[in-house]
Amino acid sequence: MKKMTQTLIGSVLATAGLLAATSAMAGKTLDQIKQRGQIVCGVNTGLAGFSAADSSGNWSGLDVDHCRAVAAAVLSDATKVKYVPLTAQQRFTALQSGEVDVLARNTTNTLNRDGSLGLHFIGANYYDGQGFMVPKGKITSAKQLKGATVCVQSGTTTEKNLTDFSRANKLNLKPVVFEKVEAATGAYFSGRCQAYTTDASGLASVRAKEAKNPAAHLILPDLISKEPLGPMVRRGDDEWFAINKWVLSGLVEAEEYGITQANVDQMKSSDNPQVGRLLGATEDLGKHLGLDKEWLARAIKTTGNYGEMFERNVGPKTAINLPRGLNNQWNKGGLMYAAPLR
Amino acid sequence: MSHYSMIEARPLPGKKTRSISWRSREGRSVIYQIVAILSALALVALLVRNTLTNMRLRGIQSGYDFLFQPFGFDISETVIEYANNSSYFVAFAIGMLNTLKVAVIGIVLATMLGVLVGVGRFSANFLVRKICYAYVEFFRNVPVYLQLLIWYLVFTEMLPDLDQAWQAGHFFLSKNGVSFPWPVWQLGQTLALVGVGLGLVFALIYRRMARAHFDRTGHTRPVWAVSLAVTLALALLGWVVGGAPNEWDLPKKGEFQIENGGAFSPEFMALLCGLVFYTASFIAEVVRSGIASVSLGQHEASASLGLSKSQSMRLVVLPQALRVIIPPLTSQYLNLTKNSSLAVAIGYPELVSIANTTLNQTGRAIEALSIVMLVYLTLSLLTSALMNWFNASAAIQER
Repeated sequence: MKKMTQTLIGSVLATAGLLAATSAMAGKTLDQIKQRGQIVCGVNTGLAGFSAADSSGNWSGLDVDHCRAVAAAVLSDATKVKYVPLTAQQRFTALQSGEVDVLARNTTNTLNRDGSLGLHFIGANYYDGQGFMVPKGKITSAKQLKGATVCVQSGTTTEKNLTDFSRANKLNLKPVVFEKVEAATGAYFSGRCQAYTTDASGLASVRAKEAKNPAAHLILPDLISKEPLGPMVRRGDDEWFAINKWVLSGLVEAEEYGITQANVDQMKSSDNPQVGRLLGATEDLGKHLGLDKEWLARAIKTTGNYGEMFERNVGPKTAINLPRGLNNQWNKGGLMYAAPLR
Repeated sequence: MSHYSMIEARPLPGKKTRSISWRSREGRSVIYQIVAILSALALVALLVRNTLTNMRLRGIQSGYDFLFQPFGFDISETVIEYANNSSYFVAFAIGMLNTLKVAVIGIVLATMLGVLVGVGRFSANFLVRKICYAYVEFFRNVPVYLQLLIWYLVFTEMLPDLDQAWQAGHFFLSKNGVSFPWPVWQLGQTLALVGVGLGLVFALIYRRMARAHFDRTGHTRPVWAVSLAVTLALALLGWVVGGAPNEWDLPKKGEFQIENGGAFSPEFMALLCGLVFYTASFIAEVVRSGIASVSLGQHEASASLGLSKSQSMRLVVLPQALRVIIPPLTSQYLNLTKNSSLAVAIGYPELVSIANTTLNQTGRAIEALSIVMLVYLTLSLLTSALMNWFNASAAIQER
């Protein structure tokens, strides 16, 4: 805790110092990134499938892929990303103070956050909902948890959803709140809590990676909230906002038009005019974003389209084993609907 | 005459004319200090102004208005009740009371354990001496954060599940914590408390009388035994007058909880154990150094007066040792209170934990942290003031 408080106070002071030295609206983030040759990307300290580092320090995950795609589009090199692992409490301050350029850390878009933090959501890269995990046994629905103790991580939208759900259904749930996700899941696996709650994707990730026997735990079907997770950028730099937003949309649209990591080069000569536009073979969409023609082609080549990112990081073939569900394309029953890139 | 007038022309000692002038040394030092204070204030003002301006420019909302909005999340342990629409102000109060709860109980227990171990270092028994030594060296050399995590493991991993909770009469011990019967509060209990209060007042008066009696005649009176007996009798009397209520709120096994009764959560117990055992090791050292500071002659002198070993310790050595003990003891009390903020690691809802949640729900990082700092500062200054008063009363009374 001490450490966290120090970090927080440190970043608050850093904010003050930084802001004293430069004028607040200076931020041509893109220029700074080009000058420094690197994107600084705020990620989760460890959430398998979204952002996690392996034993040799290589980061991977759906959120990490956003940063890699943007790096490929902007710097033509997906490896030019510096990852800054952030706790739930640190994340907004880190972005506000300019410590990171983009925050891709499974963060829920809410009015409160969008309106009061001086930050913007660029869109959703994963539509989620809050759920419960319980040891397999008599409990099959969240409404049976009357009077139960629930482990939860602090600094998230989760605590408030839990309380809303508890009060609305008169369940009298008792939250035990931990600063770190490892502590919260540790307490759940030790048997201290009858349930663990977080976003359903997080539950799947924890069950796959941290449970001694994943089959002994059940993720309840009840989802008690809407959690559109997405990357954030600072307010006041519309160009940088647009780049992030359209890289995300572009990868979704690439899936819709069947452009994949493998076929992106052949597709440049496609007869479909929209494919030509996306890949910069005909029109130059990049110039509207301050980028070159091939920006999206490079991004697709790096991470694959949105569908490939999903399958590789969290899809049914991975240990996380999440169904595509809400995150399918709009024309396949999902919510992934990219505004047209033209 | 002229000779005398020359002498009179000198300024009288103690009646110096204080003029603030660049030419006098004192004048310059006053000016330096004013300049230093003004520049410090200017720096703070500049930082505050810059922060506020830039937060506004970046669209970050600030201010303490959030304190009066409902906080909307549940807190598992509270000393006071809260309603669904209670404000963040109440949430901070709950956090502060939880901090105080663990700090006060922790200070009392750590002092008791610390004094025992510290005195034990002087025991004539080899085993006791070495055990106390080992205790101190172990607990003060392992980081308290680690100790908290270990205690929490003990209270969660090692204890049985709720279904197989250890039960002794109406006491339960499980991963859910410890549950015990608690009296249903009625008039009788209140009157019993009043009786205890009166008993303590009596004890103070009786002690003074016994001291006067001792000074006059040289005979001692059994102050402790009489005070204890009178206090207990008064408490009993209060309870009987209040109708001798004997209703107990008994804990019983529910589906997910041990319901009713009094209870300590595993988070609270782990935090308490961690803080008590850690701080007690330092207090033991403080006590040991205090006792060691009393010269050997004092022991010998009291022994030659015919005082027993415990009398010598209680009446001669400890009162002198206290003067050395109290100032560093104050620091240990402050450390214990501040270390309680480590509880976020093990999920005890104290002040910092509540502030963390608040900070995230409202986005008011600077405001939430400033409240935490203010509360800790206030608690620390209060503790210091109390201990300074105690220190003054233990200091050598010069007559």
